[in-house]
Amino acid sequence: MLKIKDLHAGLEGKDILQGINLEVKAGEVHAIMGPNGSGKSTLASVVAGKEEYEVSRGYITFENEDISELDPEERAHKGIFLSFQYPVEIPGVSVTNFIKTAINETRKSKGKEDMPASEMLKMIKEKADMLEIDRKFLSRSLNEGFSGGEKKRNEIFQMAMLEPKLAILDETDSGLDIDALKIVANGVNKLKSDNNAVVVITHYQRLLDYIVPDFVHVLMNGKIVKSGTKELAYELEEKGYDWIKEELV
Amino acid sequence: MSFKDKLLSSYIALEDYLEFDSPLHDVRNNAIKIFEEKGFPTKKEEAWKYTSLNSLLKPDYSVYSNKERNVELKNVRKYFLHEIDTYKLVFVDGVYNSFLSETTHDSLDVCLMSAALNKSKYKPVIEAYFNKAAKSDSLTALNTAFTKEGAYIHIPAHKEVEKPIEIINFSTGNEAAIFLQPRNLIVVGENAHVQIIERHQSLSSNEVLTNSVTEIFAEKRAYVDYYKIQNDEATASLIDNTYISQQRDTVCRVHTFAFGGKLVRNNLNFFQKGEHCDSTLKGITILEGKQHTDHNTLVHHTAPNCESHQDYKGLFAESSTGVFNGKIIVEKDAQKIDAFQQNNNILIDDKATINAKPQLEIFADDVKCSHGCTIGQFDEDALFYLRSRGIGLKESRALLMYAFANTVLESVKIPELKVRINKLIANKIGVSLGFEL
Repeated sequence: MLKIKDLHAGLEGKDILQGINLEVKAGEVHAIMGPNGSGKSTLASVVAGKEEYEVSRGYITFENEDISELDPEERAHKGIFLSFQYPVEIPGVSVTNFIKTAINETRKSKGKEDMPASEMLKMIKEKADMLEIDRKFLSRSLNEGFSGGEKKRNEIFQMAMLEPKLAILDETDSGLDIDALKIVANGVNKLKSDNNAVVVITHYQRLLDYIVPDFVHVLMNGKIVKSGTKELAYELEEKGYDWIKEELV
Repeated sequence: MSFKDKLLSSYIALEDYLEFDSPLHDVRNNAIKIFEEKGFPTKKEEAWKYTSLNSLLKPDYSVYSNKERNVELKNVRKYFLHEIDTYKLVFVDGVYNSFLSETTHDSLDVCLMSAALNKSKYKPVIEAYFNKAAKSDSLTALNTAFTKEGAYIHIPAHKEVEKPIEIINFSTGNEAAIFLQPRNLIVVGENAHVQIIERHQSLSSNEVLTNSVTEIFAEKRAYVDYYKIQNDEATASLIDNTYISQQRDTVCRVHTFAFGGKLVRNNLNFFQKGEHCDSTLKGITILEGKQHTDHNTLVHHTAPNCESHQDYKGLFAESSTGVFNGKIIVEKDAQKIDAFQQNNNILIDDKATINAKPQLEIFADDVKCSHGCTIGQFDEDALFYLRSRGIGLKESRALLMYAFANTVLESVKIPELKVRINKLIANKIGVSLGFEL
């Protein structure tokens, strides 16, 4: 589904990612772990198409198509979703209106009519219930004044509504208490199928107890330096990252 | 002959047939002297530093148009808030149009300045209020000297006007270039409520210059909700001079939707004369091309325990220019004032310009006074966030523009008007989102 080959990318001529290789197949869950500043969020942003990052070498393909030159909205239309570490506050636009616009814009890109209002409402209700989101919450301005946990839950709500093929969850666990974490993880698991894939970016192993990865990768200084199975996450939790650094030397 | 000289000689002709016993006789004569002395403001004056009237003074304007012009309702219906019932005062090329208007004398007066000036029963009101709030700057004085027509609205005490009043000034283009000077007087009695919508609309691409003066008097506990819609042709310019005098316990709100015209200058002045006044000045400015809009606001706090709220949002595309000059004066005795001013601007294109200048003059020591001014581009992170959800660049920008303007739009109290303004904004930014704010 997603193939990243020798990807070098960064800001203002300075590469943050220095040769990433990663393949994510349908049905898989990958976790990317690593210390602060290792390039995890950059990787997420580059895959989602943030324009300020420049790809200097390598490529990204999604379903065998090079997407390196596509706009963020075109990648979204193809089924790539990024759950933001810091979702942006948009005052004056309600969660409901925002998600309606996102869904209908995506449908429009595929030559489809707007989703009928009743169907939309039903879907909103269903997904909100799944994530235990209060209906009142949906009429509030997008992310404005939301707590950290509310913002993250709202991200997963959007994911549930948009039903992406590939979801990248960037530090979705940060700012969540254990109950919220369980609800969010539970939501992600319910959306998971053999036809889609999830990439979880996290500092901590905690989230991986609930969203169980098939593969764990360690990102350091812009490179994947070690890959393994979920046991690697436990090892990192226990021993930190220093032993990997030593191993590399 | 310069435009100024032309106006001065026109005044001499006008004076010949004015009645000497008119309550306005001396007021006019004094006013024309002020204009003669000061002339049109130039960029040398601090308050006009960023707005030049030079190009507006060149056309050979007709100053009088006495003929009642016909305008077909079907051609102008869209400019009215036709979804709801309203009182209407419609002027075409400066002349009252009875066919399009809906006036009343039934427990309140919604009628014409010309009638009020000529009938003795209105004399006490004219004498008590006319030109009493207006400042004696040259443009206001010019309007005062030529006062002839406009809206005369008198709401008696305790009257809650059940429907909004629309004041609409059309210009037809029957003259190659026309100079209009509407003069409005609005007196809102004790504990009375009124909502007013004002619009200037050119129906052709001929030059129009309007120098409008509106005086609003809010007697104690009165409530005035005023909306200005400025969405005119690229050849129409407006200098709007509005003066609001508030007695104690009044609430006065003015929303200005500045969506274009060639040059628009809004001189909006609030004078708080008693305790517990609440003044709101809000505006959304969206410009493109070479449009120029200048908001020059004044809130003068002279009494204690009052509030004022200013919130102006501006979006400037292409080579448009905006000016925001917001002055707050808090006099020595005006303690416990809460004065707030906010002005946020987004420059959409590199060639767009905004000149913003907040001025606070505070002579009292126990006041809360704050102002914030920002000038920026679109927030790239916000754009990326929206686009990553599948919303295209154009639509994402539109959404951010709506979000940006929302703090002003949300306080529009007439729902049908709010829908209209939403549509004007959508039209202006070239995108219609599937929802309204």
